[in-house]
Amino acid sequence: MDKEIKLYTISVYTENNIGLLNRISAIFQRRQINIESLNISVSEIEGVSRFTIVVNMDEVNVKKIIGQIEKQIEVIKAYYHTDEETIYQESAMFKIKSELLFEEPQIQNIIKESNAQIVTVNTKFFVLEKSGRRHEIELLYRELSAFGIMQFTRSGRISVTKQPMNISQMLAAFNN
Amino acid sequence: MTKSKYLDQPKERISGCEALVRCLIAEGVDVLYGYPGGAIMPVYDELFKYQDEIHHVLTRHEQGATHAAQGYARISGKIGVAMATSGPGATNLITGIADAQIDSTPMVCITGQVPSHLLGSDAFQETDIVGISTPVTKWNHQITKASEIPEVMAKAFYIAKSGRPGPVLVDITKDAQFEEFDFQYKKCDGIRSYIPVPKTEESTVKAAADLINNAKKPMIVWGQGVILGQAEEEFKAVIEKAGIPSAWTIMGASAIPTSHPLNVGMVGMHGNYAPNVLTNECDVLIAIGMRFDDRVTGKLDEYAKQAKVIHFEIDPAEVDKNVKTDVAVLGDSKESLAKLLPLLNENSHTEWHQKFKDLLAIEYDKVIKDDLHPTKEGLTMGEVLNQINIQSEGKAAIVSDVGQHQMIACRYAEFNETRGNITSGGLGTMGFALPAAIGAKMAAPQREVVAIIGDGGYQMTIQELGTIFQSKIPVKIVVLNNEFLGMVRQWQQLFFDKRYASTEMTNPDFVTIAKGYHIQATRVTKREELADAVAEMMASKDAYFLEVCVEKENNVFPMVPSGASVSDIRLS
Repeated sequence: MDKEIKLYTISVYTENNIGLLNRISAIFQRRQINIESLNISVSEIEGVSRFTIVVNMDEVNVKKIIGQIEKQIEVIKAYYHTDEETIYQESAMFKIKSELLFEEPQIQNIIKESNAQIVTVNTKFFVLEKSGRRHEIELLYRELSAFGIMQFTRSGRISVTKQPMNISQMLAAFNN
Repeated sequence: MTKSKYLDQPKERISGCEALVRCLIAEGVDVLYGYPGGAIMPVYDELFKYQDEIHHVLTRHEQGATHAAQGYARISGKIGVAMATSGPGATNLITGIADAQIDSTPMVCITGQVPSHLLGSDAFQETDIVGISTPVTKWNHQITKASEIPEVMAKAFYIAKSGRPGPVLVDITKDAQFEEFDFQYKKCDGIRSYIPVPKTEESTVKAAADLINNAKKPMIVWGQGVILGQAEEEFKAVIEKAGIPSAWTIMGASAIPTSHPLNVGMVGMHGNYAPNVLTNECDVLIAIGMRFDDRVTGKLDEYAKQAKVIHFEIDPAEVDKNVKTDVAVLGDSKESLAKLLPLLNENSHTEWHQKFKDLLAIEYDKVIKDDLHPTKEGLTMGEVLNQINIQSEGKAAIVSDVGQHQMIACRYAEFNETRGNITSGGLGTMGFALPAAIGAKMAAPQREVVAIIGDGGYQMTIQELGTIFQSKIPVKIVVLNNEFLGMVRQWQQLFFDKRYASTEMTNPDFVTIAKGYHIQATRVTKREELADAVAEMMASKDAYFLEVCVEKENNVFPMVPSGASVSDIRLS
């Protein structure tokens, strides 16, 4: 098995329960594993949550982590995937002084070329939203930071897999 | 078993606390251990009302309640129940919960909690016990509405016992205890996100059988999974048919009798010489219901590297966790071993077995003889165990604490009945034995229960003598007193140039203390007094305390030094 350390995306389907985040994060904390990013949202199944956890580790250990996660009572199923096996994105927001939009024509070009969206503009500031791969967001960050960024935030990774995940079938099998 | 009168009945309007007690009775709980306090008082009020149907034992500390519940569960296979109030009552349960988690003991803990409107306000005796207990429970849940009680309790009992067992904690706010609702109880028979027992694939059983049938030097290491799966008979049939020398982890002890010809002893740090050495010579290692703990494997890089490894296991997360397996047979041990049996060829492996006997002879000569039949002055722990074996006819359930005496007890106790070895294996909890013995005796009153405890661990939960006295629990308590924290002292001697940092104990008069609790008590200091004293203890119908003053600086051997390979086991 692969001992190379790389990014893995862990996808966890769970019941929507208070305390489950604590239980899952404790699995990482106990083993001194840093979570690169974490996103929790609803999934395609009503009442089922989906965790998307990005970690930087080797496959032997990511497999063990999957075992520990799946062992939790309210976890329906956990998977891990490499970047090549998923479609993934992050989203970032930049808050920038409005005057720059008019005083620095280059900014308009940067916005255009980066495919970022202007979410809002007022007299004091405007807000840019950029979704995409990490390196695209980082590039935009570098370009904009020359002019000054008032606030910046980036979401955790969200991803879907190329292969199907048969959660609905698993849940249906239980009901039968 | 007759069906409980609170099961599947029409709805009835009662309070949350009364509902909780009915849930316990409906689940077949006949005894629970606990300690009252503010946030759990409504439940205690109901326990008072229902005392003809369910018996509450007041321990002297909440930790004692958990260990008693563990002892109860370990000897009977039933779920142990412990109860405490919020705050310090709840946090005092944590050691026992962690112990039950690592030793896969089915236990349900119930804690009171401050009223829901005070949650998060740092109220008197408020603690986030759900948060605190999360990493050491199989499952936990906080109830803030009475209407949740039946479903959550049913889930708690189902989760604690099913699959790989473990502790569950249910925290109930005081307002939920008082609130009235329409009570109805149904048992839980499944949770959609939880697969307690993974399916046993026929192909894996076949692959395992092929490896075993072609093995020249197969060896089995079994753990508690055989006992938890009630697979003792299936296991015995497998080893007898295939003629495989079989060794046990500390948690697997007693699944087959000590005297069984294929039982080659204990593996691990203070296990027997033969199975440790031959782990690194076998060609197929068959692990059954065990988890390759570091105390079993020693240095992993040098553990059974020459062998093909087969792992029979109920918990998929254990497969390949520590030792890479060639064949993993998932599932319940009772079922998977039954499937394995018809596929096995009959065999005796006589030559291979002889190797175990030869190494045992060396161990006997260098270690066992002097432990069991010492000629030097000064009592050994081993000879005390030997006396207990003789006088109990090997029928006693041995409840051991943690340390040198524990290793001696597990090495030398004669087990003739399953669930006869109750000890804190994974967590190594000093103070476990005295309260665990209480639970064990109550769950199996027909069995002789002998607690073997060191002078250190004894003083960690010595207050449970009060429980033994008040609740009239006829346990036999043997303290092997060497006036040291013996195992730590042994390590200091061997690895820290005899710098005995904080291991010497100045002890009280243990006999007087026991007598203070009106428990019969004797002290033995000479070899010639030992047999009579043990006989008197065994003959007693009531609780009995026996202190044996043993040699102060004896060491436990064999020993696999920490970080060494199992085959580098030392005999002295």
